Amino acid sequence: MRKRALRIISGLGGVVAVLAITPSVGFAQEATEVQAILDNIWVFIAGCLVFFMQAGFALVEAGLTRAKNVVNIFAKNMADAIIGILAFFASGYALAFGGGNDFFGDTGFFLQGLGDLNEMGGSGVINLSHGTFFFFQAVFAATAVTICSGAMAERTKFVSYLVFSVFMCAIIYPVVVHFTWGGGLIAQISIGDAVYSDFAGSGVVHMTGGIAAAVGAFLVGARKGKFAADGSARAIPGHSIPFAILGVFILWLGWFGFNPGSELAADNLVTGVALNTMLAAAAGGLATTVVVWLKTGKPDVAFIGNGVLAGLVAITGPCGAVTPVMSLVIGAIGGVIVVFAVAFFDKVKIDDPVGAISVHGVVGAWGVISIGIFAKYDDAFLLREDAGLLYGGGFEQLAVQLIMIGIIAVWVGVMSFIVFGALKATIGLRVSEEEELEGLDVPEHGMAGYSNDPSYA
Amino acid sequence: MKLITAVVKPFKLDDVKDALKEAGITGITVSEVRGFGRQGGHTETYRGAEYKIDFVPKVSIEVVVDDSVVDGAVEAIKSGAATGKIGDGKIWVSDVDRIVRIRTGEEGVDAV
Repeated sequence: MRKRALRIISGLGGVVAVLAITPSVGFAQEATEVQAILDNIWVFIAGCLVFFMQAGFALVEAGLTRAKNVVNIFAKNMADAIIGILAFFASGYALAFGGGNDFFGDTGFFLQGLGDLNEMGGSGVINLSHGTFFFFQAVFAATAVTICSGAMAERTKFVSYLVFSVFMCAIIYPVVVHFTWGGGLIAQISIGDAVYSDFAGSGVVHMTGGIAAAVGAFLVGARKGKFAADGSARAIPGHSIPFAILGVFILWLGWFGFNPGSELAADNLVTGVALNTMLAAAAGGLATTVVVWLKTGKPDVAFIGNGVLAGLVAITGPCGAVTPVMSLVIGAIGGVIVVFAVAFFDKVKIDDPVGAISVHGVVGAWGVISIGIFAKYDDAFLLREDAGLLYGGGFEQLAVQLIMIGIIAVWVGVMSFIVFGALKATIGLRVSEEEELEGLDVPEHGMAGYSNDPSYA
Repeated sequence: MKLITAVVKPFKLDDVKDALKEAGITGITVSEVRGFGRQGGHTETYRGAEYKIDFVPKVSIEVVVDDSVVDGAVEAIKSGAATGKIGDGKIWVSDVDRIVRIRTGEEGVDAV
């Protein structure tokens, strides 16, 4: 997937210098091995951070919805982690990275036939073993599906969500990965010197999740009471701002694994990517603060949380290709976009309780586009410097990025529509009106999130 | 015996409690309640959309007292809860037929 080999050698300089003090025949070999171990360990640690993002998503979604649905939200997030890992093990990894054709891979189902899973470099991606690479990619898959959970919150049937979750992690998302990082359809496109780039997945992960979320939220319909008789959107305040903001902080931390880990090696670019990630998040938060404050008169902290996440989603794709200053610009634009995107989806009556479609879908697309404008460095996808419009790279890069968005949107949109549509026509996508009004917790899960029994107080 | 019920602003609860203690009242019952009077509700914003809070959070205080101290207690609540602004709340007094202390079985004024 990523061609890092040349860069890693420069990262080796220090280790080689130390080892050179005691000359030995095998020192170069030793250094290579140390580097390989570092690569695997770093990507594993980054994967742990990405995994912890599940907790962040759960808290953001629970906080921005009502107390009567809190068990349902946590149950869905739990299910996303469980299903995401198992489905990616069963078929996701094979479809995404198992060679094959332009559309899907065909080897490595259940991680079978891949040889020694612990062999460093065995995955073909720099020094990563299949074990390390699977670990990192599986937690990404779990992230992609979780995005839908929030957008469809408070009215979706639990079992229908589970079925979609399986399709998302086993087929829909892995094929997007194959199109791109797996070397398939999108990776084959070139216009002049321009080839696609999406370092950590503004498009591959976030826009994919956002589009599926949009289709799901559209088909399941708005929550009761979200839109007044005259069509205007009504606020349905979430039950815990502390949950929501704690969730944002956890996601922010997790992103320091998501983006820097996507370097897929322990080299000198990791912290540069981390720097860009950190700056874009802060810029996104600040931009949203300013826009919301001017627009509504109050610095709505729930919205600012969305702004931070928007900055992070925006920089996920370009984080390896842009300067720190441009990271601020990309993040800030993401933070502005998210405010207007939320208002837009309210206007077209797509009810998204947590703003997931705006944050991940719309801003994810912005992240992909921003590469065509701001790319300065070769992030190992672009294979050239100064690819962005701003640096004289012309419109070719922008065009490739737009084509990429189009292909992902069509594939994910159509597939999500088929799966959600089939669910709607058969077992149903939505709980009954009574269940929705009572809250999903007791009818769907048999328990309340916060006990109402005074004797337990 | 009388039951004094007062609905006051939540942040004035401590002042009311102190004033009642000073007036010699030995026990009160407090509940968190919601409602509206002439003050009406207020608007809040959430993710860019305004919405109206019709039922404003208040604290309800219940005190059972002997007839002889009703006026003192009402005055204490009034002085403790007053801010002079709209929404300070209300106090009302009603008759109590019977009162029993559960532990000892005492009734009437002894049980207050």
